[in-house]
Amino acid sequence: MSENKPGRKGSEPRQEMPRQDPMVRRTNFDEVALGYSAEQAVAEAQRCLRCKKPFCVSGCPVEIDIPGFVTAIAEGDFDGAARKLKEKNALPAVCGRVCPQEDQCEKYCVLGKKWEPLAIGRLERFAADWEAKQGRMSVPETAPPTGRKVGVVGSGPAGLTVAADLALLGHEVTIFEALHAPGGVLVYGIPEFRLPKSIVAREVEFIEKLGVKVEVDFVVGATRTIGELMNEEGYDAIFIGTGAGLPYFMNIPGENLNGVYSANEFLTRSNLMKAFRFPEYDTPVKVGKTVAVVGGGNVAMDSVRTAMRLGAENVYCVYRRSRAEMPAREEEIENALEEGMILKELHNPVRIIDDGNGWVKQIECIKMKLGEPDASGRRRPVPIEGSEFTIDVDVVVIAIGQGPNPLVPSTTEGLETNKWGNIMADAETGLTSLEGVYAGGDIVTGAATVILAMGAGRKAARAIHEYLMSKGQA
Amino acid sequence: MHKIIKKEALTPEIKLYVVDAPLIATKVRPGQFVVLRLHEQGERIPLTVADFDRDEGTITLVVAEIGKTTKEMGTLDEGDGILDVVGPLGKATHIENYGTVACVGGGIGIAPVFPIARALKAAGNRVVSIIGARCKDILILEDWMKGASSELHVTTDDGSYGIHGFVTQQMEKLIGEGYKFDFAVGIGPVPMMKAFAGVTRRHNIKSIVSLNPIMIDGTGMCGVCRVEVDGKTRFACVDGPEFDAHLVDYDLLLSRQTTYLKEEKQALERFEKCGGDCGKHE
Ligand SMILES: Cc1cc2nc3c(=O)[nH]c(=O)nc-3n(C[C@H](O)[C@H](O)[C@H](O)COP(=O)(O)OP(=O)(O)OC[C@H]3O[C@@H](n4cnc5c(N)ncnc54)[C@H](O)[C@@H]3O)c2cc1C
Ligand SMILES: Cc1cc2nc3c(=O)[nH]c(=O)nc-3n(C[C@H](O)[C@H](O)[C@H](O)COP(=O)(O)OP(=O)(O)OC[C@H]3O[C@@H](n4cnc5c(N)ncnc54)[C@H](O)[C@@H]3O)c2cc1C
Ligand code: SF4
Ligand code: FES
Repeated sequence: MSENKPGRKGSEPRQEMPRQDPMVRRTNFDEVALGYSAEQAVAEAQRCLRCKKPFCVSGCPVEIDIPGFVTAIAEGDFDGAARKLKEKNALPAVCGRVCPQEDQCEKYCVLGKKWEPLAIGRLERFAADWEAKQGRMSVPETAPPTGRKVGVVGSGPAGLTVAADLALLGHEVTIFEALHAPGGVLVYGIPEFRLPKSIVAREVEFIEKLGVKVEVDFVVGATRTIGELMNEEGYDAIFIGTGAGLPYFMNIPGENLNGVYSANEFLTRSNLMKAFRFPEYDTPVKVGKTVAVVGGGNVAMDSVRTAMRLGAENVYCVYRRSRAEMPAREEEIENALEEGMILKELHNPVRIIDDGNGWVKQIECIKMKLGEPDASGRRRPVPIEGSEFTIDVDVVVIAIGQGPNPLVPSTTEGLETNKWGNIMADAETGLTSLEGVYAGGDIVTGAATVILAMGAGRKAARAIHEYLMSKGQA
Repeated sequence: MHKIIKKEALTPEIKLYVVDAPLIATKVRPGQFVVLRLHEQGERIPLTVADFDRDEGTITLVVAEIGKTTKEMGTLDEGDGILDVVGPLGKATHIENYGTVACVGGGIGIAPVFPIARALKAAGNRVVSIIGARCKDILILEDWMKGASSELHVTTDDGSYGIHGFVTQQMEKLIGEGYKFDFAVGIGPVPMMKAFAGVTRRHNIKSIVSLNPIMIDGTGMCGVCRVEVDGKTRFACVDGPEFDAHLVDYDLLLSRQTTYLKEEKQALERFEKCGGDCGKHE
């Protein structure tokens, strides 16, 4: 394998991502990763071997032409790179920041066999940011109006993608969003320091320029039901992208004490309601001196790092399996550890103890060890008898997962759900049990990723278009 | 933006607003609420829809000025706008003909009781309403309640008007006099609802209360509104706000309502210091 000799193309280390210093960044909400300079981006892009059969592309859920856009960067054609990205991905500035590339495109990159894989995500971010920095927003031409009306429920990545695709095809699209700001988890969940809200706002502005109407403060199932939208308001098709917004609790004693938050509440207060700027903004949030976050996913890491930035001195992450099993992105775990997160792996909370006045005082944990693999293939954590101990805390954040909100299914007759409450939808088309009603994203799959939600949105848009066209001209 | 069509001071610290909200007005039913946000820096707060006009497309809110947001709302005038109003949220009251029902409202709780009493009366019930306040000057909506009830009893804690005593004492007294209630609704401050549940439990009357925990989204997404009912955790914004009065853990509700006392005081002081102009930076 002469190709793999050091000194060959691709053997250079990947370009480091410039980042804020850990001890500085844990005191502010500014973005942690600062992005490549043009020189760095070109240097990184030149590592690409331009494989004839690019494995990276097969690792990308939306099949971006990775060698195509990377080559454009290598040649200094940043505009061209951004255009290439947008062919397949409507939100490259978002995905370049939050996609788990280490499990997707970069995992399959051949450079990774011998050296480090190409930094595809960082390049994606670079090209998208570069385009944004030029201050232009090229708005593609939309097809002539079809006269068909589509309602999109929820403005997360799934809903935004469906809306953009269908607007381009000439349909009249309205997004209904329950909260006062569009973006879904991108605005209420993922913090500013990982995904600046101005980026999400820009993407929303883009789809509004395509002619999509965004109705905020509109709770489908309450303000109007799906039946009413279709039968009384003239919507020809509906896409449901309501996400996984229902917070799970552990059902252990003490969970309703003051000072116990769901991650959704904690992050919503900070991100959507801007509690980090209280009292300039009216919504408060508490962290005290010591915070324990329960869970090991991205949501837990975001909670840990938000708690630090809100001023907590000690922030624990309590996770029942070992670090190797943590579902959070490796990069985010490392970021959190650098910032001072105290990881209590193989620990499970058994109860939350009060101070006698209704407030949290301690969290009692039991130590765990890894037993036999379970159905998911991960080794099952089992408690070690008698190993209970307590940690003094002021605030506990429960980040053990979210499920589907039942509001839409419970108000839509005939809409079938599975035993967890997720809407049943065809994997290829997103079609539900009701004619003209499609669904995709976390509401169908359970909590997953931004790019999978977008992929589902894209497929559904295609199917909705076919459905509307098969009904003939309006 | 939702325009304030009409504003009226019912007492110096309780104001009534008629707000333009056609989507909500055509859909809302008794027992439901909205969440509003005054401006970009504002908090989201829940308020019950006290009345609605489906033809005019308006809803009526009755607001007690107890903190930063409610006082700031009080500085708005007719013609001003409220940035966000979302709803109708929560489960509507189950209305049927029970026979004789008691509708008990304390303080600001009279406002949410009103549409329920009216609907129960329209459904054929004999509605015996008992409303009360600390004193005469802060009693609200007496006329409305008269119209919505078959019979109205008014109490004040200090005896400055109507019957001297608490609404729950009056209810107990009526039962002693032979009133038989088939159903009862009680809405007001938590200690009042707890006392109300005590009365209806003693006399075996099926009854509901409407809970007012802290809320944010009002759609079941954050879990801040959790209450315990029959030993189980429920989200008041979607599972309620009404629950069986006999099964609610009132002490937990009271305790959770105090979570942000310190911050609420800080926000109010800041607001009052800058004469009501801070927080309105748009
Ligand atoms: C804290 C956090 C961090 C994450 N980090 C990452 C990451 O780093 N990388 C990654 O790939 N993924 C991450 N995820 C997961 C990712 O964000 C989700 O998988 C993705 O957002 C799902 O998109 P969606 O469009 O299905 O739903 P969502 O983004 O959840 O959006 C659903 C929208 O629908 C609205 N809605 C719900 N019900 C109604 C209704 N009845 N009427 C009207 N509107 C309604 C909601 O308000 C919301 O705005 C993270 C998730 C969280 C919570
Ligand atoms: C379902 C429901 C219906 C309600 N209907 C009415 C009504 O019709 N009229 C009325 O005057 N009041 C109503 N309330 C109470 C009203 O929401 C609070 O008085 C208001 O939020 C206080 O805000 P503030 O900033 O003025 O006061 P603050 O000083 O911030 O708070 C005072 C107290 O109000 C409660 N509170 C604070 N923030 C919230 C919040 N975001 N959500 C809920 N409670 C909060 C807390 O217990 C707090 O101690 C209702 C509450 C609920 C849950
Ligand atoms: S969208 Fe995600 S998976 Fe696809 S190339 Fe970009 S970073 Fe990789
Ligand atoms: S207010 Fe957020 S879940 Fe009820």
